[in-house]
Amino acid sequence: MARGRRRNTDMDVSPTTGIIMTIVFTFLSVAFLYPILLVLLNSFKSKLYISDQPFALPNDQTYVGMSNYTDGISKTGFWGAAVNSVFITVFSVIAIILLTSMCAWWITRVKCTFSTLTYFVFVFAMIVPFQMVMFTLSKVADMLHLSNPIGIIFVYVGFGAGQAVFMFSGFVKSIPVSLEEAAMLDGCTPIQTFFQVVFPVLKPTTITVAILQAMWIWNDYLLPVLVLSSDYKTIPIAVQYLRGGYGSIDMGALMGMLVLAIVPIVVFYLSCQKYIIRGVAAGAVKG
Amino acid sequence: MQKAYKKYFPLFVLPTLIAFIMFFCVPFVLGIILSFCKFTTVTNAHFVGVENYIKAFSNKDFLNALWFTTKFTVVSVVTVNVIAFSFAYALTRGIKGTSIFRTVFFMPNLIGGIVLGYIWQLMINAVLAHFNVTITTDPKYGFWGLIILTNWQMVGYMMIIYIAGIQNIPTELIEAAKIDGASKAQALFKVTVPMVMSSITICLFLTLTNSFKLFDQNLALTAGLPSRKTAMLALDIYTTFYNRNGWEGVGQAKAVIFFAIVGLISLTQLYFTRNKEVES
Repeated sequence: MARGRRRNTDMDVSPTTGIIMTIVFTFLSVAFLYPILLVLLNSFKSKLYISDQPFALPNDQTYVGMSNYTDGISKTGFWGAAVNSVFITVFSVIAIILLTSMCAWWITRVKCTFSTLTYFVFVFAMIVPFQMVMFTLSKVADMLHLSNPIGIIFVYVGFGAGQAVFMFSGFVKSIPVSLEEAAMLDGCTPIQTFFQVVFPVLKPTTITVAILQAMWIWNDYLLPVLVLSSDYKTIPIAVQYLRGGYGSIDMGALMGMLVLAIVPIVVFYLSCQKYIIRGVAAGAVKG
Repeated sequence: MQKAYKKYFPLFVLPTLIAFIMFFCVPFVLGIILSFCKFTTVTNAHFVGVENYIKAFSNKDFLNALWFTTKFTVVSVVTVNVIAFSFAYALTRGIKGTSIFRTVFFMPNLIGGIVLGYIWQLMINAVLAHFNVTITTDPKYGFWGLIILTNWQMVGYMMIIYIAGIQNIPTELIEAAKIDGASKAQALFKVTVPMVMSSITICLFLTLTNSFKLFDQNLALTAGLPSRKTAMLALDIYTTFYNRNGWEGVGQAKAVIFFAIVGLISLTQLYFTRNKEVES
């Protein structure tokens, strides 16, 4: 739709209304950020004062420097968890993109009962909630000795395949077959055709799939806590680990952990905001 | 060409298919079978018929979770979509600061459910401390806490989808409505809303299924307290499985019921709103 898109630079309201709206949204933005600021503020206070005076700024009496952070890190093994989170997210996303794009291309291009059926099972998988398979899936993973950060990558490929295949397949349908026919006539094998012709064209979908899968895997708690053996933690597992039996929790260490969990996401978000927002908007159109 | 592709099946399809069969199809089918069995692990199961389902439906915690989840889903779907659409509409008027506001509103979405839960536990308990109560004193605090948290998390995401929809409306359409003497409200409800119906379909679908399936946030914010009164379905299934010996079969039966409800909601909702979409 190239004609007449609404652009943000065209003011659609009177200047006065515009100023009032800007003021209202400024307040809303501050309100949106406030809970995060409150966590940051309390992360420098002694745990005794966090529940008592949550809104107070740290002062001489309550300020404890970085000790909440060091406490939290040593209690949860945070750095190990962070390494696992990065490793699992990066390699699962790479594996999902590579494998599901190949799979989606094949089942879209080769028309037979088998490929149609497979496609429908993939789509069906998208509406199945994780609780339905959590027990059996963790048992299967355990039986296959996949309860470690490398093994869980296979689990993510399997459980994440539905949505990824669906999105890639939607895009492959819109690519003219003539492109591939030309490549084949030039003597390309199907492998070369896929990697040199099709895969580069898939780039917008690849970005969208990568963002959606990365957001899911990075933040996922239940799947890794059930699949991984207790030797391994990810960041969400480390945060939840601070909660002892029946709600007792070290508030100081928790605040430190929350800040450490939020910072990488915010930095990542601000540095590739454009792609993330575009990816989400594009994903919605196809999903 | 198809022929040439066909023999590359093992390379292109097999890796994904094997992982998918092992970690989706097998667990899914086993899950259905086990919901009719009594078991503590997969290997010691024996058939008990529909006993697990009877136990599930006569389980107070499960019925309470079902009701709590339904209430929660209805309220959060309405609030998230109304707020997200209003934000999207306001932030496509070209006011100053638009891109900063969008950036801020979207950000909570990237933070994981566990972390979100604890952020809001601090925030809500801080406010409730003035009244000498905590979030786990009364289920209604937990309920509204979850609603606020969910709005905070999902509004930005839905807003982005609505913004994309609004920006895709050809300007001429709105101009034409104005020339025909439509008021701002008329242009909004007679042109903008019908034209973004596909965005509405997607946002309703996402908020509906995500609210119904909420787990991490629930676990971190209240963990179901007081006495499982704020446990949603996903959390109730989890506690039945892992905190109650001998009830694994009932947990699995609950999970099958949960799947059936989620599937039914998804299909019904897609069917109804797709019909309302305008060809553009």
